[in-house]
Amino acid sequence: MSIVQGIGYLVIGFLAAAIIGMFAHWFDRKITARVQWRVGPPFFQPVYDLVKLLAKEVIVPEGASRFLFLSAPLFGLAAVSVVSALLIRTVIFPQQTFLGDLIVVIYLLTIPSQAVILGAFASANPLASLGGSREMKLILSYELPFVLAILVPVIKAGETIKLGVILQHQATEGAVIASISGVIAFVISLICMQAKLAKVPFDVPEAETEIMGGAYIEYSGAALGLFKLTQWMMMFVVPFFLMMLFIGAVNWRQSWLNIVWAALIYIGILLFITLVRNTNPRLRIDQIMKFFWAKITPIAIVAVILAFLGL
Amino acid sequence: MSLKIKALTKSIWVFHLAASPCNNCDIEILDLLTPRYDVERFGIQLVGSVRHADAILVTGSMNRKARQRLKRVIAQAAKPCFVIAIGNCSCSMEMFANSYNQMECLDNVSEVHAYIAGCPPKPEAMIQGVVALIQAQLAALKK
Ligand code: SF4
Repeated sequence: MSIVQGIGYLVIGFLAAAIIGMFAHWFDRKITARVQWRVGPPFFQPVYDLVKLLAKEVIVPEGASRFLFLSAPLFGLAAVSVVSALLIRTVIFPQQTFLGDLIVVIYLLTIPSQAVILGAFASANPLASLGGSREMKLILSYELPFVLAILVPVIKAGETIKLGVILQHQATEGAVIASISGVIAFVISLICMQAKLAKVPFDVPEAETEIMGGAYIEYSGAALGLFKLTQWMMMFVVPFFLMMLFIGAVNWRQSWLNIVWAALIYIGILLFITLVRNTNPRLRIDQIMKFFWAKITPIAIVAVILAFLGL
Repeated sequence: MSLKIKALTKSIWVFHLAASPCNNCDIEILDLLTPRYDVERFGIQLVGSVRHADAILVTGSMNRKARQRLKRVIAQAAKPCFVIAIGNCSCSMEMFANSYNQMECLDNVSEVHAYIAGCPPKPEAMIQGVVALIQAQLAALKK
């Protein structure tokens, strides 16, 4: 692949994730409003928010590490764009993926969280560093069951760490989710996704009502806008990644209807995220750690064992 | 009208600054977010950090201690940011004007872009105040 092609894929990945992510954010807010019996924001609200933030003044607080503070949002944005490009390319050309792209995606998906931590600590605000340390504990909590859940499709597809092979396997032999271990792993990964997106009940790093936006408290203007955009893009990338692993995502070679089908599944997952976030109270960080390590991880291990047994 | 200005008027994030109010004005501000008024329809959102704010809603008559904090908080906001005085207290100090712990009115401390009178003002009055502010800013830009 030449450099020009690579940049082309990056741009496509970025644009697709940004546009779908903005839709996802609007959908989330609209459904939240409807749940609360309100009208909710107009369709282009995320665009207005983003443009406004990009045009506003960026303040670097006194005592902050300037370079880290301003570059942290870029790290996160770059990582999601690369993941998005990789996933989209895999869907279009499942044969052309490289060995270990699954692991690359898992790694890259943690970078936005790490960017939040970096930015929070660089901003020299006590509430922000509280948010940063909570984000760190959150990663420690959900990452293990998340990886265990991903092991299930890996085992099902014949112990491969190539995303393309997992996709092709599902196209011929049926989706991973059509088995016991697949269902368990999918539910677990949905719960981990909620934590990865830092949505209620796992929104401790932000916690508007208690630490005032936590990690983002000192961010303003374009830097805040990039962080928000990264968050929105994650709302496309993570569900899409799970759909590829468990449902086989867009099998567009068979028929064009499959794209509509995939879009419906994606909206269903978004609806799940939003409804969970609207009907649950925020957990404390120690409750979250206990929940993930004592309850979710053992179930994930059971799912992996079941997958080994071929169930 | 440039996209930038349009975006700003369509997405006003407000920060609520209570400078020693009696709390009635604050309750009325929170009323704006409830299903009956739902200002999120216009993209107005309450934010927790003043760095994210496009408008600062000041309530209360501002006593000695609140005055210093208020100055600092307003200075911390990212520009452009508007200050809106809500309630008779912050507009004119009302009956607290001669009180021992009051120093001066809000508009001596910072520039105020909109005054919304009432004790407390109705949510409708606040929405009207914000609309008037937006129109005034747009008209000023056109000139
Ligand atoms: S204006 Fe009236 S309601 Fe508002 S803070 Fe002052 S006394 Fe209370």
